[in-house]
Amino acid sequence: MKELIYNNLRKGLLVIAILSSAMLSPLFANETEQKSTENGKEAEKFNAGEMIIEHIIDNHEWHIMKIGHTEVVVPLPVILWSDGKLTTFFSSKFEHGHASWNGFKIEQAKENKGKIVKVIGDTMETDKSAALPLDLSITKTVAAMLFSMLLLCIIFLYVARQYAKKRNEAPKGLQNALEVIILFVRDDIAIPSMGPVKYVKYMPYLLTLFFFIFFNNLMGLIPIFPFGANVTGNIAITLVLAIFTFAITTFSGNKAYWTHIVNAPGVPWWLKIPVPLMPIVEIIGVFTKPFVLMVRLFANITAGHIIMLGFVSLIFIFGNMAPALGYGVSVVSVAFAIFMTMLELLVAFIQAFVFTLLSALYIGMAIEDHGHHEEHAH
Amino acid sequence: MELVSPSIGLIFWMTLAFSLVLFILGKFAWKPIMSALNERESKIQDALHAANKAREEMETLKFSNEALLKEAKDERDALMRDARKVRETLIEEAKLKAGEEADRIIESARASIEYEKMAAITELKNQLATLSIDIAERILNEELAKSSRQDEIIKKMLEEVKFN
Repeated sequence: MKELIYNNLRKGLLVIAILSSAMLSPLFANETEQKSTENGKEAEKFNAGEMIIEHIIDNHEWHIMKIGHTEVVVPLPVILWSDGKLTTFFSSKFEHGHASWNGFKIEQAKENKGKIVKVIGDTMETDKSAALPLDLSITKTVAAMLFSMLLLCIIFLYVARQYAKKRNEAPKGLQNALEVIILFVRDDIAIPSMGPVKYVKYMPYLLTLFFFIFFNNLMGLIPIFPFGANVTGNIAITLVLAIFTFAITTFSGNKAYWTHIVNAPGVPWWLKIPVPLMPIVEIIGVFTKPFVLMVRLFANITAGHIIMLGFVSLIFIFGNMAPALGYGVSVVSVAFAIFMTMLELLVAFIQAFVFTLLSALYIGMAIEDHGHHEEHAH
Repeated sequence: MELVSPSIGLIFWMTLAFSLVLFILGKFAWKPIMSALNERESKIQDALHAANKAREEMETLKFSNEALLKEAKDERDALMRDARKVRETLIEEAKLKAGEEADRIIESARASIEYEKMAAITELKNQLATLSIDIAERILNEELAKSSRQDEIIKKMLEEVKFN
């Protein structure tokens, strides 16, 4: 009983610690976002929808801001595989979509908008007959993702060294802060889902997964240059994460797991024999689980970004009507954006937690020993 | 549409990077961290166990100490009680003996006084007898110097004798 109370207390403290530690950064982060957007949208007519989508989707260059008429962007490498040929150059050659290079350009409209397509000769005309080149460019999301991976490696290799250096000593600083979360993943995600013995094998995956999602969620909330990309709100990223969970679940599934899918015990025979209704449902379930994982994380993080950008956009929509109105609305907008950022901090943790917990549960179900009892979690 | 259609390039880089990071962190970060955590936890557990054991030992030690103390106290009390008893009996005996001795001394003193008294009385009697005989002799000598007086006494004596 006492242990239980202690455990809950610890969980509560963890949430409070995460909230309060990150509380200061969004305050000024929002201000910067507002300012940068303000600078970028002086002359043109402001289109909130376009601006929001532009911020959320992937891009071949990393747009920082626009000062006057000069765009401040970080050019990123474009890597194309087309007709058995590898082409690499920097995205600055496209001049923000206004030029073609090496027979390629960024499509500006229609169904391929934003993708790199082939052009006829050196013109800007799309070559409709040619297939789309295989685009392996380091886009904004790839760059942000690689940066977060680098950060993960640096931080955790450093922490691991701290552990090696000060064996059996009390943890300190960064090591201490991360140890709380590592223990949270172990004691509240892995062990309850997989049992106290089998969890060990899956800990590296669960920890990497958790910290990758958590770090990227938090980094997405910081709107200054190396951060602010919508990594975990990109469906390709969540797809890969879900595929990892799916692959691990499928490859570690034991006999009981497969038996349960093909011939679920405790189900009336007529649900299986003439029409294999239950097996079909179970097999669909195998795929819906990772699919739901993918969509949940993507939708949550993207929605958070959309709401935040929406509040900021309000300032400019009203500002376009009358500057005074814009300033008036900005107070309310910034207040709401701050509130949303607080909420997103919570969401950043919760989504990382949910993704990891469900992954652990799915893997746990696949490796569970059914033994003498039939009942198990669905 | 672009929002929900995953791009091949991103999938490629993500798979590559994630696998790589999973491998690097799994080998060089999570493994040492988890083992260090487990080691520390078991060490703390051991320390707690040891502390508990030590406390229990202390408890039993204290308990046995208390028992020992109590025993010693009891023994001392018993000794004291015995000693007191012995003293009392000794005093009682001594008193009794002293009384008896006193009685005996008094008794013997009384006996010797009695004896001395008897001796003195006998002595006195003897001396008185000697004195009486002396006086009687002298009186007789004086009285019986004249014959008339002798006659008178004889006569008187004879008169006193009655033959009935």
